[in-house]
Amino acid sequence: MSNPNFTAFKTIARREVMRILRIWGQTLVPPAITMTLYFLIFGKLIGSRIGDMGGFDYMDFIVPGLVMMSVIQNAYGNISSSFFGAKFGRHIEELLVSPMPNYVILAGYVAGGVLRGLMVGLIVLGIAMLFTHVRVPHPLVMLSTILLGAIIFSLAGFVNAVYAKKFDDIAIVPTFILTPLTYLGGVFYSVRVLPEWAQTATQANPIFYMVNAFRYGLLGENATDVSIGLSYTVMGVFVLGLTALGMFLLKRGIGLRS
Amino acid sequence: MTEPALCIKNLHKTYDNRVTALKGISLDVEPGDFFALLGPNGAGKSTLIGVVSSLVNASSGSVSVFGIDLQAERSAAMRQIGLVPQEINFNMFEKPIDILVNYAGFYGVPRELALQRAETQLKAAHLWEKAEVMSRTLSGGMKRRLMIARAMMTEPKLLILDEPTAGVDIEIRRGMWKTLQEVNAAGTTVILTTHYLEEAESLCRNLAIIDKGTIIERGPMKSLLAKLDVEGFVLDIDGALPAVLPRIANVDLSTTDSHTLLVEKPRDLPLNALFDALAEAGIKVRSMRNQTNRLEELFVRLTGKEQAA
Repeated sequence: MSNPNFTAFKTIARREVMRILRIWGQTLVPPAITMTLYFLIFGKLIGSRIGDMGGFDYMDFIVPGLVMMSVIQNAYGNISSSFFGAKFGRHIEELLVSPMPNYVILAGYVAGGVLRGLMVGLIVLGIAMLFTHVRVPHPLVMLSTILLGAIIFSLAGFVNAVYAKKFDDIAIVPTFILTPLTYLGGVFYSVRVLPEWAQTATQANPIFYMVNAFRYGLLGENATDVSIGLSYTVMGVFVLGLTALGMFLLKRGIGLRS
Repeated sequence: MTEPALCIKNLHKTYDNRVTALKGISLDVEPGDFFALLGPNGAGKSTLIGVVSSLVNASSGSVSVFGIDLQAERSAAMRQIGLVPQEINFNMFEKPIDILVNYAGFYGVPRELALQRAETQLKAAHLWEKAEVMSRTLSGGMKRRLMIARAMMTEPKLLILDEPTAGVDIEIRRGMWKTLQEVNAAGTTVILTTHYLEEAESLCRNLAIIDKGTIIERGPMKSLLAKLDVEGFVLDIDGALPAVLPRIANVDLSTTDSHTLLVEKPRDLPLNALFDALAEAGIKVRSMRNQTNRLEELFVRLTGKEQAA
C-alpha cells in the first residue's frame, strides 16, 4: 500500500503537469518565442556592438540571466494562476476537505511550478545553445540554482495566489515587482558597471543572487559579481522563509477558509 | 458502545464581520441514519456543514466523526467524510473521469484503484458515456450527479449533502433520491439539507431544525410530525360554492375561488365528519389534496417562516 500523502502529492503534481501540457500554447511556447527574440536582438544585434561584459562575450553573458528569468517568471506564473484559478473556481475545496496535510498541498503546487520552470528553462537553454557554446563548468551549481530559484518563486507565487481576491491581483506582483527586480538583477549587465550606490542597492535584490549563482554554474567563477556561498545562503533563507509563510497561511486558512 | 457518526458539542461560530452564525449547536447523528438538517435561509446550516467539513473554522466547541476528533485528528476524521456541497466546485476544464480520479488521489487512493472506482461511480450516476467530455458541457443535473459520484469515490462512512437537488428537475431528483437510499442502505450515514421538505420527509428518519444559529427541534421524523395538531387540505368542489360558507366546529374554511375550498382541521377530527358537514351544506367534493406536506407545516410552525429551508 503506497503512502496516502505521497499519492496525494503525486496527484496534485500530475494534475499540474497535465494542465501545463494541455495549455502548452500558453505555458511553453511564449517563453520560447520571447527568449529567442531576446537572443536575436540583445545578443546578436545589439550584443555585437557591446562587445565583452564581465570578460565574456555579451551573448554568453546574458544566457544564464535569460534562462533564470524565464524559470522565475514561469514558476511564479504557474502556481499563482493555477492556485488562484482553483480558488476562483472553488475546486480548491477538493483539497481543503481532503485528509491531506497542508505541507502536501504546498509541496504539490510548488512541484507543479518547479516542473514548469524546469521545462521552460530546458527549452530556453536549448534555444541558447543555438546561439552560443557555453561549456557549463559547474553543472551541479547550475542545476541546484535553477531548482532553488524555481522553488523560491513557486512559493512566492503561492503566497500571491493565497492573498489574491481577483485576477488583477495575480498580475500586479509580476508587473510591478517581479519584472523590475528581474531586469535590475544583473540579467543584462554585470553589477560592476553600475555606480556605487546602485551596486549596493542591487545587493537587496534576491534575483541578483540567483542569476549570479546560475552564471557561476554556466560560465564559471569569473562571471559572478558575488560569492557563490552568499548566493546559496540568500536562496536558502528565501526558501525557508517563504515555506514558513506558505505553511502559516494554509494553517490559518487565510483567503481559503472562513 | 457505538460512537455517533457525527457528534457536535456546543459549537459556536462568529465570522470576522461579527455575524454569529452558530450559537452553541449540539447534535448527535447515529451511524446508519438518514438525517435531515433543515432551516430557513441564513439559519446556519451551511456554516455547520462548513465546520464539519473543515472549510469553516469554528470559534469554539468540538466536532467528532465516528469518535475521531476533528481538531486533534483532522486527517483521520476527514477520511470518514464525503461532501456534496451546495455550489458546483469541480474544475470545469477537467473531464469527469479526471475529476473523480484526482479527488480519490487527494485522499490517497492509488491511481489504478481510483480508475476502477471512477468507472463504477460514473456508471452508477449514468455518466459513463460522458466520462471523457469537458465537465463544463454537462447539464445541471449531470453536474449534481457528478458531485455525488465524486463524494462516493472515497467510500465515505458519512456522506453530507448540502442541498444536492437544488435546481434539478423532478425526474432527476427522484433518481438521486433512489441513489441516496441505496447508499444509505449499504451502510453509509447520510446527512441532508434540502429546500424540498417532501424530500426530507420521504428520505430521512431523523431531523433537526436549525434557526438563527440554534437547534429549535430535533428527533425522529415520525414523532415530530405527530406533534402536528392541525392539517390542511385543498378541496375541489363540484359546482360553485355557496356565498356563505358553513360553520363547522374547530374547522377553518376559506376559498381561493368559487370552486376551491381550503380546509384546516384538527388531526383528530375524522375526515368523514368533515365530509358529512360539507354534504349537509350542499357542497359536493370532487377531489382533495394536502395543502402542504406535513413537514412543511411543522417547519412553518416552528420557524414562523413561509419560505422553507
